Amino acid sequence: MQPLTTDDNFRGKLTTPNAWDLAAFFLVMGIIALLAWGSREMALPYVPGKTVPSLSPDPWHLPYYALRTVIRMGAALCLSLAFTLTYATLAAKNRRLGPILVPALDILQSVPILGFLSVTVTGFISLFPGSLLGVEAASIFVIFTSQAWNMAFSFYQSLKTVPRDLGEAATIFGLSPWKRFWRVEAPFGVPPLIWNIMMSVSGGWFFVVASEAITVGKTSVTLPGVGSYMALAIHRQDLGAIGWALATMALVIFLYDQLFFRPLVAWAEKFRVELTESGAPPESWLLTIFTRTRLMGRLLHLVGTLPAQLAERFTRPRRIRRRSRRPIRPEIQRTIDLAWNAIFALAALYGLWKLATFVSVIPLHEVLSVFGLGLATLARVTVLLALASLLWVPVGVRIGLNPRWATRVQPVAQFLAAFPANLFFPVVVVLIVHFRLNPEIWTAPLMILGTQWYILFNVIAGASAIPNDLREAATNLGLSGWELWRRLLLPGIFPSLVTGLVTASGGTWNASIVAEMVSWGPTTLTATGLGSAIARWTEQGDYPHIILGIAVMSIFVVCLNRLFWRRLYLLAQTRYRLD
Amino acid sequence: MTTSASAELLRLDSIRKSYRKTEGDEHLVLDGVALAVGEGEIVALLGRSGSGKSTLLRIISGLVAPGGGTVSYGGKPVTGPVEGVAMVFQTFALMPWLTVLENVELGLLARRVPAAERRRRALEAIDLIGLDGFESAFPKELSGGMRQRVGFARALVVEPDLLLMDEPFSALDVLTAETLRTDLIELWIERRIPTRGIILVSHNIEESVLLADRIVILGSSPGRIVAEVPVHLPHPRDREAPAFRKLVDDVYALMTERPRGVTRPEGVPLGHRLPDASVSRLTGLIDALAREPYRGRADLPEIADDQGLSVDHLFPLLEALEILGFARVEAGDVELTPSGKSFAEADILRQKEIFAEHLVRRVSLAAHIRRVLDERPGNRAPEERFLRELEDYLSEDEAQRVLRVVIEWGRNAEIFAYDESAGVLSLENPVEGEE
Repeated sequence: MQPLTTDDNFRGKLTTPNAWDLAAFFLVMGIIALLAWGSREMALPYVPGKTVPSLSPDPWHLPYYALRTVIRMGAALCLSLAFTLTYATLAAKNRRLGPILVPALDILQSVPILGFLSVTVTGFISLFPGSLLGVEAASIFVIFTSQAWNMAFSFYQSLKTVPRDLGEAATIFGLSPWKRFWRVEAPFGVPPLIWNIMMSVSGGWFFVVASEAITVGKTSVTLPGVGSYMALAIHRQDLGAIGWALATMALVIFLYDQLFFRPLVAWAEKFRVELTESGAPPESWLLTIFTRTRLMGRLLHLVGTLPAQLAERFTRPRRIRRRSRRPIRPEIQRTIDLAWNAIFALAALYGLWKLATFVSVIPLHEVLSVFGLGLATLARVTVLLALASLLWVPVGVRIGLNPRWATRVQPVAQFLAAFPANLFFPVVVVLIVHFRLNPEIWTAPLMILGTQWYILFNVIAGASAIPNDLREAATNLGLSGWELWRRLLLPGIFPSLVTGLVTASGGTWNASIVAEMVSWGPTTLTATGLGSAIARWTEQGDYPHIILGIAVMSIFVVCLNRLFWRRLYLLAQTRYRLD
Repeated sequence: MTTSASAELLRLDSIRKSYRKTEGDEHLVLDGVALAVGEGEIVALLGRSGSGKSTLLRIISGLVAPGGGTVSYGGKPVTGPVEGVAMVFQTFALMPWLTVLENVELGLLARRVPAAERRRRALEAIDLIGLDGFESAFPKELSGGMRQRVGFARALVVEPDLLLMDEPFSALDVLTAETLRTDLIELWIERRIPTRGIILVSHNIEESVLLADRIVILGSSPGRIVAEVPVHLPHPRDREAPAFRKLVDDVYALMTERPRGVTRPEGVPLGHRLPDASVSRLTGLIDALAREPYRGRADLPEIADDQGLSVDHLFPLLEALEILGFARVEAGDVELTPSGKSFAEADILRQKEIFAEHLVRRVSLAAHIRRVLDERPGNRAPEERFLRELEDYLSEDEAQRVLRVVIEWGRNAEIFAYDESAGVLSLENPVEGEE
């Protein structure tokens, strides 16, 4: 067998650039130049209250707007990654902080994303007085909140499940904690983290679009971007411009997938721990180009091994540290623990008090009515998920059982899940206005417009993973029709369906804030619910009500997760696991 | 090299290790283990699963701290991972994201070795172990045998004085394992590696006799040394030689010997650690024993070889047969009892009846469960109820394991039924077993 020789490139041979290098060089430099140009515009002067800089409805400006949107996404992604590496590591390794950091993440995951925007935008603006940077920061922060919690959770899970033998090997050979992190623990977490980043970014487009044009009380902000262009188009009722915006977004997502995620996923393959080769490994034309280049390949290798290199430069090589086994006296240990717990308890009490004083201006019956609004949104979410499952489960299973179809439809479904559904809202609203439909019912589908695809592509994945011998056995036994579904297909896709539904449910709650109140020109359609209420209070700048609304929605989501989804998930993991 | 132990490499004194059970209760894994390993010696630690042999190896390596007693290496006490001690793992423990070369270099990373020398030494180790040409391959491209060679190279590259091996051949197929054993012993005999001592954890008796200069046999619960067998055969050893066979027989006999004063179990009390033995395997073994050429009595190494059973699998089965009164083990032989013979001759339904009868009569836990279910209104009880009772005698994990075993036996004998998702035991559809 001829072993792969990526390493031979670096062993003292003369590396003259080849044609692949040239192509790759221009590609990389072009992207860097574009990013630099775009980000220079981010710090333009800005005074609150004015909608500067004004947007142009000319579609020729769209590529530039798209670039700005992409930069926001990129910045948020970098922040999320930094957050993930620190937060998850602390949560997994610090005995005292871990117990509070993990549940905190769980709560953060259930806070409606756009709620963060309503609450923080004025703060960010005052942080950078006289510059648009504050607004940019608020927008980036929103995208950050849509990604960071998931990513940190995924990485935390990985850190907690590093195989015991790998950990022991690292200890036996005396790796320092720093080296251990970069050589053993971080690589182990790469594949799930990359997958999570991909999912988070695809959810993130929705929030970029939503956060580019927002009004909080007196503050009305428009950032140049595809989302704000769309807002302008809606305002001017310009169907042509809407079409251009949709096309641009589609192109952006396509490029992101091809230039960023495919190479990343293909690269992450090598970090998989299963030591057997499974199926067809993911491929990327871009990664192929880069591994074929000589110079770029070398550069890439350098970047890839940078953490390890740095680790070696800056940590003094030393003899194996003999672990000092001088444990702190147990009573002192217990006192410190007690002190910590007391601090946490005090902080929690302070938080409760703060929340209470903030919300106490609202009379109790109104608080109860907010819970009522929550029930209305809950009803919508539930009905929508049920309807979407009824539609997509049969379709997804049909597609999944046919490998040829599955490989074709799967990327389309993933693309649709990434496409920010809020860009489609105007199209639907035009129809509702035109046919004079009841907004209480007909705005509801908007909530699930973007998130239904999670159900579809998870069902496809689940159906194509049903082992062939089970299908053959079913055929052999003559199972067909409803019996086949009940005995094989539905149980077979159950775990994937639950995963899809959990993702879709979270997304649908988030979407309710923009989907229960939509406008077309001067017309605004409102459906009764918690989402529209939060949107309205945000417009009015009514902070106590915003906080109350966010808190209530978080309570709903947390309860739903704990009491319903987690149980289903457990059932899927035990009873319906196929392996 | 002198085969007699000249200088002392490692010394263990009255090692104890226990794992904390609920509320301060402790579950003893190792008790009073004393052992010395000399220069130029290969020592095999042999024992059934649950004898704490892997724990003992981890204490020696400094991965786990002993609960009591001392480990000293080269005269100094061991308090953590020690330079000069390397380990080979049963599961290889290779980093899948590093190439073969990078995996081997990992062992040198933490030491004061400059990059160039690191590379040179790693390449040498790869050469030595026969991995030439695979330097830049990733572990997933290699077969199991080649992966374990990487494991060996990674351990040998640090030029350890003491090499620890945790069942290094048990995840490999028979042929591959044999090749690797031969290669290792050649390196050792020809002194091409600077290693001065090897400790091998094994549950394979033949492997231990093949490799070791001394076999240390560990008994179970708590783990302690029950016997030491020196092996004076010269390398390379011939598995078919009478002296070799004799040693294997002796070790089998030692491993099945009961401590003095313990009589043959006539039924076992509630908190007894029931061995991991599935009913289908038990039935298979009884059938095999009853057939030609054994006709009710067999030599242990022979039947183990015949049935393709390692010690880890054979001994729990034997113990279960003794508990249930279907067989007796004595001096390296196993013999079916009269009820064992009638079990073998019965048809499936009758076998179930015999099994149920013996189970209720000889295993108190099974009888207890049956009695509780009989008395309870609705004839149902949650498994936690019995788990809690067992935890008076056993650790949490062990209680769970024992309950799993008795449930498997009881379901097969149809003396009670079990709903796994609800965790409920009941008398729902037991056909037989009414008293």
